[in-house]
Amino acid sequence: MTPRNSLTLSMTCLWEVGRSQRSLWAACQCGLCPCRERCGTERMSATPTQKALPGLLWIPQGRWFRSAVGPTTLYGPPSGRGKPWSEKESAGTTQKVWFRRGVNSHNPCGTSWIEMVGEMTMVNVGLNDQVWGISCEDRAVYFRQGVTPSELSGKTWKPIIVGRESDRSHSGSSSSLLSAGCFFGDEVRGSGTESAPSDTDASSEVERQDPEQVLPRESVDNSRSLKGSLSKGPETRGSTEDTLENACPADSKKAPEASGVDECHGPASTPAELPWTNIDLKEPKRVSSQPSAGFPETTGLSSLGLFPLGMEEPYVADDHPLWAWVSGGGCAVEACSVLKWFTVQSGLSPSVQSLSLSITPAQTAAWRKQIFQQLTERTKRELESFRHYEQAVEQSVWVKTGSLQWWCDWKPHKWVDVRVALEQFTGHDGARDSILFIYYMIHEEKKYLHVFLNEVTVLVPVLNEAKHSFALYTPERTRQRWPVRLAAATEQDMNDWLALLSLSCCESRKVHGRPSPQAIWSVTCKGDIFVSEPSPDLEAREHLLPCDQMFWRQMGGHLRIIEANSRGVVWGIGYDHTAWVYTGGYGGGCFQGLASSTSNIYTQSDVKSVYIYENQRWNPVTGYTSRGLPTDRYMWSDATGLQECTKAGTKPPSLQWTWVSDWYVDFSVPGGTDQEGWQYASDFPASYHGYKTMKDFVRRRCWARKCKLVTSGPWLEVAPIALSDVSIIPESADADGRGHHIALWAVSDKGDVLCRLGVSELNPAGSSWLHVGTDQPFASVSIGTCYQVWAVARDGSAFYRGSVSPSQPAGDCWYHIPSPPKQKLTQVSVGQTSVYALDENGNLWYRAGITPSYPQGSSWEHVSNNVRKVSVGPLDQVWVIANKVQGSHGLSRGTVCHRMGVQPREPKGQGWDYGIGGGWDHISVRANATMVPRNVSREQEAHGQGPVYC
Amino acid sequence: MTDDKDVLRDVWFGRIPTCFTLYQDEITEREAEPYYLLLPRVSYLTLVTDKVKKHFQKALRQEDVSEIWFEYEGTPLKWHYPIGLLFDLLASSSALPWNITVHFKSFPEKDLLHCPSKDAVEAHFMSCMKEADALKHKSQVINEMQKKDHKQLWMGLQNDRFDQFWAINRKLMEYPPEENGFRYIPFRIYQKLGLSTLYYPGTMQTKVGLELRERDLPASERYLPAYASPVLGIKTTTERPFIQKLFRPVAADGQLHTLGDLLKEVCPSAITPEDGEKKNQVMIHGIEPMLETPLQWLSEHLSYPDNFLHISIVPQPTD
Repeated sequence: MTPRNSLTLSMTCLWEVGRSQRSLWAACQCGLCPCRERCGTERMSATPTQKALPGLLWIPQGRWFRSAVGPTTLYGPPSGRGKPWSEKESAGTTQKVWFRRGVNSHNPCGTSWIEMVGEMTMVNVGLNDQVWGISCEDRAVYFRQGVTPSELSGKTWKPIIVGRESDRSHSGSSSSLLSAGCFFGDEVRGSGTESAPSDTDASSEVERQDPEQVLPRESVDNSRSLKGSLSKGPETRGSTEDTLENACPADSKKAPEASGVDECHGPASTPAELPWTNIDLKEPKRVSSQPSAGFPETTGLSSLGLFPLGMEEPYVADDHPLWAWVSGGGCAVEACSVLKWFTVQSGLSPSVQSLSLSITPAQTAAWRKQIFQQLTERTKRELESFRHYEQAVEQSVWVKTGSLQWWCDWKPHKWVDVRVALEQFTGHDGARDSILFIYYMIHEEKKYLHVFLNEVTVLVPVLNEAKHSFALYTPERTRQRWPVRLAAATEQDMNDWLALLSLSCCESRKVHGRPSPQAIWSVTCKGDIFVSEPSPDLEAREHLLPCDQMFWRQMGGHLRIIEANSRGVVWGIGYDHTAWVYTGGYGGGCFQGLASSTSNIYTQSDVKSVYIYENQRWNPVTGYTSRGLPTDRYMWSDATGLQECTKAGTKPPSLQWTWVSDWYVDFSVPGGTDQEGWQYASDFPASYHGYKTMKDFVRRRCWARKCKLVTSGPWLEVAPIALSDVSIIPESADADGRGHHIALWAVSDKGDVLCRLGVSELNPAGSSWLHVGTDQPFASVSIGTCYQVWAVARDGSAFYRGSVSPSQPAGDCWYHIPSPPKQKLTQVSVGQTSVYALDENGNLWYRAGITPSYPQGSSWEHVSNNVRKVSVGPLDQVWVIANKVQGSHGLSRGTVCHRMGVQPREPKGQGWDYGIGGGWDHISVRANATMVPRNVSREQEAHGQGPVYC
Repeated sequence: MTDDKDVLRDVWFGRIPTCFTLYQDEITEREAEPYYLLLPRVSYLTLVTDKVKKHFQKALRQEDVSEIWFEYEGTPLKWHYPIGLLFDLLASSSALPWNITVHFKSFPEKDLLHCPSKDAVEAHFMSCMKEADALKHKSQVINEMQKKDHKQLWMGLQNDRFDQFWAINRKLMEYPPEENGFRYIPFRIYQKLGLSTLYYPGTMQTKVGLELRERDLPASERYLPAYASPVLGIKTTTERPFIQKLFRPVAADGQLHTLGDLLKEVCPSAITPEDGEKKNQVMIHGIEPMLETPLQWLSEHLSYPDNFLHISIVPQPTD
């Protein structure tokens, strides 16, 4: 924790003046600066007293900090400002950085203070007005980038990397840095003020600060601020940790443990806070030596039952050095020089990555351009006039052979050893085609089957505890629900084959590089990410492309949800609720080398939980025992009771995953538990409840254990808020949406509805979150092409958000829409005009009666059952993940399906076309605005009498 | 944005249009037409000239057929140099196609190595690869590879299969994430010297007496490697032994070394002084990368398949 003085004298102020005497910086430890105006004190001001002094000594004038300012005055909403205040716990003070603008020889006083983003314990100004600082949050050394003679305030804080290998993405610093990355956006923060910063603006911004950030330390002890405060200090990492993690959200009203712990956390960072919104930020995830985390109170939501698992990782921080002082006064840095202090060679912490999401200097360097250009010229010079010359080396067939195992087609199905050979041919036009041969023995007879790789629609890794296998689908095999399954002896071997086969498939289809902005994205239940280039036929009225013919290629990374927009903005959410933004790269994971882009590939990790159940039966003599009846299920089992799952015997889902926690009782199961986590029922299997009655003869409790996967892919973390749903505005291909920002809505893992500001093609991560108030936690959100925002609350009802527009990105109010009778909605998806919702029983509902004047619509009409996920696109096309689909050879769970016959007159369509599956979990078609050819669209216009209200 | 991977493709698929003509003094039975061919820049002459050999053998009397060798404007062409290097060094300023003279007689024993079969090329190529990896990774990567991987590298080159080659070669281009690059950059610098300057002033020739693989080779008086070559110290390429300078991709202060840094260190005469007239071209694969180009990037992207950066320094052509 940052050392602090007591409240009354806490104001240490550190001034730094540049040699040019035009640059004045100040860092003050001042929870108070923001509240000064609120308390009615005077403006912060300073006057030079002794102009003669070289270096321009400044001292604060007047009562900078009123001693009268005390905790009591800090409570309550600020006066005179429209913004509501949320109150949250923040154990640290903030140490604001101020820049005095307008200082010059004529006006040495300058004109106004500008509050700089970032919190620094100190700043130091060097010879050429460059600025160094020590961040409050992570005590890392920062350098102010972009300081030039014309722009002395610079642009961003950039951490100077002090070469420590251990600074990996889970270090305490990363989260705070990342949030710093958010701070540093150029966007207007908050929702209101847009004018350039001035004294008043600065203070109004400041005012939006959380009032409790400025709480004196003592106030942390008062009971109010303790509510919901959950300690995650390393000290509590004992046996109670798991219990705490789960219990605390539930009984946040007591949380007595937290008070004691607060006193004893070690030197650590304050939680990253975003100053410009009233949203309750979850503490940065994985900040290990975290003092105490803020839990929300504003919405008054109970996280009970929905507390995300796999969120609070008990990682021990890499102890990166905590810097106390930096002096750069002797260091002349030319404004334009390229500094190399910031590059980390490996294991880039995501924070640093996020700062460099845009094109790195190396990519734009002149030398690189020159090489590209010269190579092109060389090819032209040496080849153009000589193409008729014979090639010295004739193209030949290349064969790669190997030994794999194959899941045989005949019963009993089993793995049989096979020889495989991949033959690649190159035609005269340079196009390549490949055939995969699989040689097997049956009844001592040698046979083979072969697959043309240009017919392969997808290659899916199927990793489990025992086998490194993958499945290969063609349209025919998709229809049969029976892929070719092959297994390799080692992971490396499998990855080699998978990468080679994928590359061959992509080459034969001439697909490479970054997916187009219109691409359709999907995710399997294993978290693997696939992307498909939509052909114009896909949404054609007639002769449309059957969706089993879509070609899917894998993208590195691990996600649970993915959403895209036709301007190339793609967001994903991991199993641990981490939000990720697509970087524009391709490859990663097992796709290395040629199948991967050189840049924009980063380390990605994900965490999920494995659940097993402890089952007990009531014995009149001994009470509940782990001795069941002979007919009972296993006393340690999976959820169904059919599989025995002991603590010792249960393994992570596949070899990619490793355990990162021990087993702990999961209290967040549906139905509730008693204090020990038990759920009671009259018998197995039954519905369980969280209290014991006379009729309950059995009980069970859920144990969870977290495991972690580390992979790589074109993804960067968007910290610090964990999300459970996200939706990006779909745009039609011809709509010229360029210019204004891309609307992006999300639901945090706690159920807060959020609106992301500043999202654009160039800055797909956006800049800041805007909180949209709700009176209960939400589960799902979706925004349609015309800014119609629909959401589903956790109670299963739907809401429509009124008046959302580019100029009013958060809209004005929610309109409650009752759910279909006796159904609880779980997901909603909005296209151009269509609104579809999904309930917890897998029913798909269409919202009827939507008109421009009545955008809420009138009723829900049932469309289909057997649906797990729905995605409605900008053409009002409807795609779902179906629960079960029967093929000629087998059943598949989790199949991509396309709604047929969707027309303006018949927006609900008729029937389904079955695509790839099973094992698919999520699809987003919301980027695909690829229109059918002209004549058809004109016809469509003629018939277009649908409820268009754009 | 163009991807760096495209550089690898462009480098690999570089072709030099070449016109092969039989030496006038060769005795032919019938007239030998010139033979036109696109030669892969990254390959070796004796590896890709089967067609040329066949073509001209037909015109020769059977008894006159002996080992084929090539010459350009009087200079015998060393088959163990990549084709692109030979072209950049000797012919980059002349018009295309490149006119190569084909000989079957009077093998210049003093200038050229014999190439009895493609095995000789393979042996040479693989030994270069191993040298390069010794510099880059203390041989760890190449030694960890299986025999079939080595074979795949060679077959990839021989059959002009980019994917086949790079599927393995990418492993040789990796480096530990905690490093900023390779241990040392495998490079060789060649300078074309005018007839008056026959020998590069080498003062470092006779330091350590390791095996001189090409010791028997006398000087070619027209061009010679300035510095460069085997990992373990001394070896002659043409006439003089020389030392492979060990050059790291990153300076002690963490700054990335550039092509300019390398030249300054190894071959300062090649660099145009700031105020002076440009006298030399620094060429790799027929292009002149800027001297600011990071050496590590060059090594990863503009190395020949043998994993060496073959850098030619040739006089600036006067128009």
